[in-house]
Amino acid sequence: MTDQNNADGVDVAIIDYGMGNLLSVSKAFEHVAPLADIVVTADPAVIAAAKRVVFPGVGAMPDCMRELAARGLTEAIKQAAANKPFLGICLGMQALFAHSEEGDSAGLGLLPGNVRLFPAEAMQDADGSKLKVPHIGWNQVYQGTEGENRHPMWAGIEDGARFYFVHSYYAEPADPSMVAGFTHYPFAFTCAVARDNVFAVQFHPEKSQAAGLRLLANFVTWEGNQR
Amino acid sequence: MPLAKRIIPCLDVTNGRVVKGVNFVNLRDAGDPVEIAKRYDEQGADELTFLDITATSDNRDLILHIIEAVAAQVFIPLTVGGGVRAVEDVRRLLHAGADKVSINTAAVFNPQLVKDCSDRFGSQCIVVAIDAKQTVWGAAPKWEIFTHGGRKPTGLDAVEWASRMQDLGAGEILLTSMDRDGAKIGFDLNLTRAISDALNIPVIASGGVGNLQHLADGVRMGGADAVLAASIFHFGEYTVEQAKQHMREQGIEVRL
Repeated sequence: MTDQNNADGVDVAIIDYGMGNLLSVSKAFEHVAPLADIVVTADPAVIAAAKRVVFPGVGAMPDCMRELAARGLTEAIKQAAANKPFLGICLGMQALFAHSEEGDSAGLGLLPGNVRLFPAEAMQDADGSKLKVPHIGWNQVYQGTEGENRHPMWAGIEDGARFYFVHSYYAEPADPSMVAGFTHYPFAFTCAVARDNVFAVQFHPEKSQAAGLRLLANFVTWEGNQR
Repeated sequence: MPLAKRIIPCLDVTNGRVVKGVNFVNLRDAGDPVEIAKRYDEQGADELTFLDITATSDNRDLILHIIEAVAAQVFIPLTVGGGVRAVEDVRRLLHAGADKVSINTAAVFNPQLVKDCSDRFGSQCIVVAIDAKQTVWGAAPKWEIFTHGGRKPTGLDAVEWASRMQDLGAGEILLTSMDRDGAKIGFDLNLTRAISDALNIPVIASGGVGNLQHLADGVRMGGADAVLAASIFHFGEYTVEQAKQHMREQGIEVRL
């Protein structure tokens, strides 16, 4: 396996598998880390040599898995998630789990748990008004733990800060200890997970203004392997 | 605390400039799109919508450069519409940095385009824009879809059409009342309520905002998930932040 501290590797590799708002993600990283070497790449060798890896994505799960396989990226993602700081965003979070209800699709299986559709019968607010799906807009993210246990990716971000969401499916981790953030819609669902080198979020930090940019800045300095 | 209702300033762009008119005529210059986008971002806009109203195809690429420039400096969702006719148009806009693309007239003539685009890029980035005018008044009002800036009727019922767009994979509906657009007398609340109640996807109310109470009414009475306005922000009458304060005072959840 390629050395994660390879001096020739880029600082941040953003995985390009033909889906997703890659330009938005790379622009946001350039904004928070103007001196860093940031690339959008579909090259497994570049991903293997990179110091940090971002797995973004919008779209549908079956397409995601098919595109990853077609581009020979599945193994590169698994290795990166095991070896270096790794940030999953939106579909890039969902794909880490074992299975998704979207298209009854298998995921990468790096994290135990499933991805579910917001259940139509539950989509009502406290006052009885209908809640729309997709869940689109700015919702509050609670960081789950307090004080010293708080994940370093949340540094400088207020508990309950609003981030931008756009999704119809949400992850349900089998292991509660990996929950690093949750949001209400209308029930509490997991919107951030953390395990070892992996931190993954359902919302879009690259579209969440100051709070989102801070999360990306935290990723650029996060060393991984922390709980 | 629930999901915030969104305030979305809209920038009508032609030949690289933001303009604003009444009922799509008498256009006034409102400034540089990148500067205006940055200003709204600083004021707390939840998203920005750009409508390319360039009449001819020669200057269409200008909007791509504008979106690229905005996307490098403004980190909130960007929607772009106007002149979107093919899957390739959507791809180019997303590639330039748009997060969502709004399909309007093309959906009327080719509904399959909505399905093709949502299959290819995901429902989350496909907004269908609906321009509707009231055609039946009274106890059972009806609204019809119009194209070409509200000039051409289509015979399509607005509520049925919106449901069909949802079924074809639209992630959101941008609903404009052509009766109200530019008139500054408030949203057509009955139309907004009818569409919002009929759908499970979010509805963005548009057309007719003249003051801050109109925005609050769109949410509380119209049932809109987001409200879009242009002129009240462009000419400095109100800031987005003032609009949000006003909505919050009426018990509406906003991001402040």
